[in-house]
Amino acid sequence: MLRHSQNAIHGWLLLLPAMALLTLFTHWPALATFIDSFWSTARPRRPAAFVGLDQYRAILADPVFWQSAVNNLVFAVGTIPISIALALLMAIWVNDRIAGRALVRMAYFTPTVLPMIAVANIWLFFYTPQYGLLEQVLSLLGIGSHNWLGTPATALACVIVVAIWKEAGFFMIFYLAALQHIPPPLAEAAALEGASRWTFFRRVQFPLLMPTTLFVLVNAVINAFRTVDQIIVMTHGGPDNATTLLLYYIYEVGFRFWDTSYAAALTIVLLALLAAVSLAQYLLIERRIHYR
Amino acid sequence: MSVRGDGGPYAPTGRGRVLESAAAWLLAALWLLPLLYALWTAFHSAELSTRFALIAPITLDNFAQAWGAAPFARYFLNTFMLVSLILGCQLVLCTLAAYAFARFRFGGAGIAFALVLMQLMIMPDVLIVENYRTMSSFGLVDTIPAIALPYVASAFGIFLLRQAFKSVPRELDDAARVEGAGPLQVLWRLYVPLAKPVYLAYALVSVSYHWNNFLWPLIVTNSVEARPLTVGLQVFASTDQGIDWSVICAATLMTSAPLLLAFLLFQRQFVQSFMRAGIR
Repeated sequence: MLRHSQNAIHGWLLLLPAMALLTLFTHWPALATFIDSFWSTARPRRPAAFVGLDQYRAILADPVFWQSAVNNLVFAVGTIPISIALALLMAIWVNDRIAGRALVRMAYFTPTVLPMIAVANIWLFFYTPQYGLLEQVLSLLGIGSHNWLGTPATALACVIVVAIWKEAGFFMIFYLAALQHIPPPLAEAAALEGASRWTFFRRVQFPLLMPTTLFVLVNAVINAFRTVDQIIVMTHGGPDNATTLLLYYIYEVGFRFWDTSYAAALTIVLLALLAAVSLAQYLLIERRIHYR
Repeated sequence: MSVRGDGGPYAPTGRGRVLESAAAWLLAALWLLPLLYALWTAFHSAELSTRFALIAPITLDNFAQAWGAAPFARYFLNTFMLVSLILGCQLVLCTLAAYAFARFRFGGAGIAFALVLMQLMIMPDVLIVENYRTMSSFGLVDTIPAIALPYVASAFGIFLLRQAFKSVPRELDDAARVEGAGPLQVLWRLYVPLAKPVYLAYALVSVSYHWNNFLWPLIVTNSVEARPLTVGLQVFASTDQGIDWSVICAATLMTSAPLLLAFLLFQRQFVQSFMRAGIR
């Protein structure tokens, strides 16, 4: 009995420092954000007042919010399938007996370790009208000049390309690890049955990679909804809010317009979205996939 | 990494192998293209940045100009202090918490663990408005600890180390206790050494994450004394330099060089660490 209570005291003491900081910088701010979203932003000579759901009504009526939500959706749909497909292709190539495998793997993975701020600057240069590499290549092909990041129709696509380039190599390593865990006898058995390589991939490899695909998918969705770095470097959300994503909009409202309560309400909307993703992950992975 | 792609009935052979290698190489070249382009621009004078000739003279002027135009030495120092502060505190706090979750039975442990895991969903990156308010009430705005504090208690680190500690055989723990070692001694002499690969993996992921982190440092700093490299680079590229791309590319490469070098030297560890850290 004595040992039991001593155990509990030790356990809580060990936990205390981490718990205190978590409370201070995760739980409390999350709660405070929630409370704040029901108040108006304090201004000089006008203290904060309880406004109930007004901030949320304002969000529903805010065209910039809707545009950033749609942009974020387009961004997610544009990045996720392509980067996951590329990651799978990369992993299969690197796992096969191709020449110079180590070098190829390095090339795919390098963008992952570099700061987004740094590579976004490089891409900014790449897209520059007239001087950038893209424009030079296109002019060699006889295609006229175009302001890629300065035109609403193409700006978001440019940002999507950067995200795919940065992320695919990161997802590749999870597929690579999973591919290496597929027992070789499966391939031998499939070959004895006369299955083509495509059939083997579709019927054996791909289903076995399903847990990895789900893991990568959830990470990709979460990443898509907290993308902000390359927006700040490359477009500032422009032109005409064409590349404003949700977290960028929160940053703009909170730290440029200093409307902290409205930013708090926007944060709650983003957190609700992320929570929905996590819930979906829980339901999908716990129910459908029985792994290990 | 031990790659088992060799052999097997579906390993490509003959023409298939050549085709597949060519495609893989093409994609690799495409992936490296933006970086090679930045390298070319950084090492040549501005007039040559858009004309490619093999014999073009290589110059270090752009690097010298970038280094002189902004306090990059100070930014390097700040980033170095920042990542060491975060990693040091994370290792201590996460080790203690993970040990509590792995080997102590106490009331409320389940709830406490759920509270920790909440951070995986409610990331500090999203709570910028409220955390900024907290920092200003502490008078910490524009200091390096202000950048570090929200990340110090890392749910991810606690989770990873808890898994590692749980795989340590109970018998070893009991044996050490019979010899009279206290809980902290057991932790230090038994658990920490056995979890070394996990510590390495976590350290690499943490350092590269915080070396690259941008939004929170951008918000909470506003002077040269506190700014890390990423924010310094952004201030430099967007205001000080106008549009001299050669100098911006040089600065960009300079700020990523330590991480890139570390990656090229310890490629195997990096890839394995990211893998180990990702698979939960």
